[in-house]
Amino acid sequence: MSTPFYVSPQQAMADRAEYARKGIARGRSLVVLQFADGIVFVGENPSRALHKFSEIYDRIGFAAAGKYNEYENLRIGGVRYADLRGYTYDRDDVTARGLANVYAQTLGTIFSSSAEKPYEVELVVAEVGDSPDGDQIYRLPHDGSIVDEHGSVAVGGNAEQISTYLDQRHEDGMSLAAALRLAVQALSRDTNGTEREIPAERLEVAVLDRTRPQKRKFQRIVGSRLSRLLAERADGSAPDAGAAQDDADSTEGTDSTGGSGDTGSPSADGTDPKD
Amino acid sequence: MEANSRSTGRLPAAFLTPGSSSFVDFLSDHQPGLLPGGRNLPPIQGVIEAPHGTTIIAVTFPGGVVLAGDRRATMGNLIAQRDMEKVFPADEYSAVGIAGSAGPAVEMVKLFQLELEHFEKVEGTRLSLEGKANRLSTMIRSNLGMAMQGLAVVPLFAGYDVDREKGRIFSYDVTGGRSEERGYAATGSGSLFARGSMKKLYREDLTEQQATTLVVQALYDAADDDSATGGPDVARRIYPIVTVITDDGFRRLTEAESSEIARSILERRMEQPDGPRAALL
Repeated sequence: MSTPFYVSPQQAMADRAEYARKGIARGRSLVVLQFADGIVFVGENPSRALHKFSEIYDRIGFAAAGKYNEYENLRIGGVRYADLRGYTYDRDDVTARGLANVYAQTLGTIFSSSAEKPYEVELVVAEVGDSPDGDQIYRLPHDGSIVDEHGSVAVGGNAEQISTYLDQRHEDGMSLAAALRLAVQALSRDTNGTEREIPAERLEVAVLDRTRPQKRKFQRIVGSRLSRLLAERADGSAPDAGAAQDDADSTEGTDSTGGSGDTGSPSADGTDPKD
Repeated sequence: MEANSRSTGRLPAAFLTPGSSSFVDFLSDHQPGLLPGGRNLPPIQGVIEAPHGTTIIAVTFPGGVVLAGDRRATMGNLIAQRDMEKVFPADEYSAVGIAGSAGPAVEMVKLFQLELEHFEKVEGTRLSLEGKANRLSTMIRSNLGMAMQGLAVVPLFAGYDVDREKGRIFSYDVTGGRSEERGYAATGSGSLFARGSMKKLYREDLTEQQATTLVVQALYDAADDDSATGGPDVARRIYPIVTVITDDGFRRLTEAESSEIARSILERRMEQPDGPRAALL
């Protein structure tokens, strides 16, 4: 019987961390930003069906970068956790903090158990409050640590560079359109500093909107509403030419459900060319 | 709560095991004791005295469906509650009204709402209306043991079918038997009278406003002849719960709206106690 090689715990952990980080870095980054009426999730995602962002509970949203099957597994675990907790106690007893703790424990146990492959995921759990002060954003890296974030956060391969860009430009009380535009600018900068265009069809956008009258605040932004928000200019006025509006109208035809039934969007009305 | 009381604090294996999108299935694997049907009941002689909900009615109209209920809960010959809520949104496009034992019924509604929401979150799409109706059927069937001991739950399920673009009504019996109703339906002790009333008033081309008036008329008639059904209580300002489901989703009439309908009906009944007359031929 051969003697196994000795590997120091430090080295083992460093190897595992590097393995996880490399896996996460292969995925595209995503950002989560606070705006005046809530929290917006923005990421580049060519898939219409495999989501990076989803609803966990009434006020709690989930975002993940990394390996899809692993974060999907955690997402469903989180939905089960939240629904069971809400069913046993009350809907108000489901909190982002509780969920983030459970995720942190889960990721941490997996990371430090040598029997299991570390998860190649980085998560964000966000809860929208009644006012911006009540918003909570937690970032959960692959090793199960937990970081309480404010304003803006980026996860994924290029996260550090994007975070720095966002930190310098993010302001409290931004409009949804401004926050969305900032997020897209941050995501479209490559590591070498060059900018590329991310078309609206490749963007996945969702919000936790505290002004929604329903109990469930999570909402995806798709189709014409997304184009309209992207076209809006920095000062909140309508886009200068009719071109952007034509674009918005054409998407409306293909996705009629996208813009309908939206409430509480401060920017949705500003772009009507008939006015 | 299991997830927290375990020493490690991590999600138990059951949470991370790939499985069905049903919350009820998850509960029956993980914590069957939390399910209404998962409890072992001791043998009980006779009927358990517990509050009962009474009349629930539903009417379709072009473009949607109206589901309404009175507010009275009775226990034997007592009025247990005057302002009970028996009509609940199930999700954005459907609602459920309950008659029968109030305790298990409200619990079942809560579980049903969660079941639909859970599926929606896990799968990323909504169940079809047919799928929701079948799911409710399964849940009633699992309650049969309690129904045999007198704790029967008889819901009425109504919703807007987004695919077929119309309102639909499903009624159930205690064994979970499901049947789709055409036009109008009622359940609960006052349902016989409500159904008679609706039979005379219902037309296929009702507007939303006429449909909401019709259900309040029918509830008035049910309360008129059935002691377990409560009429509009003007003194306490307790009016029937009326909900409308269209392609805009679920909407519950505000107290001002339902009181206005109830008051105008009451006024007419002062002159004509039996309500509007249908033609003889």
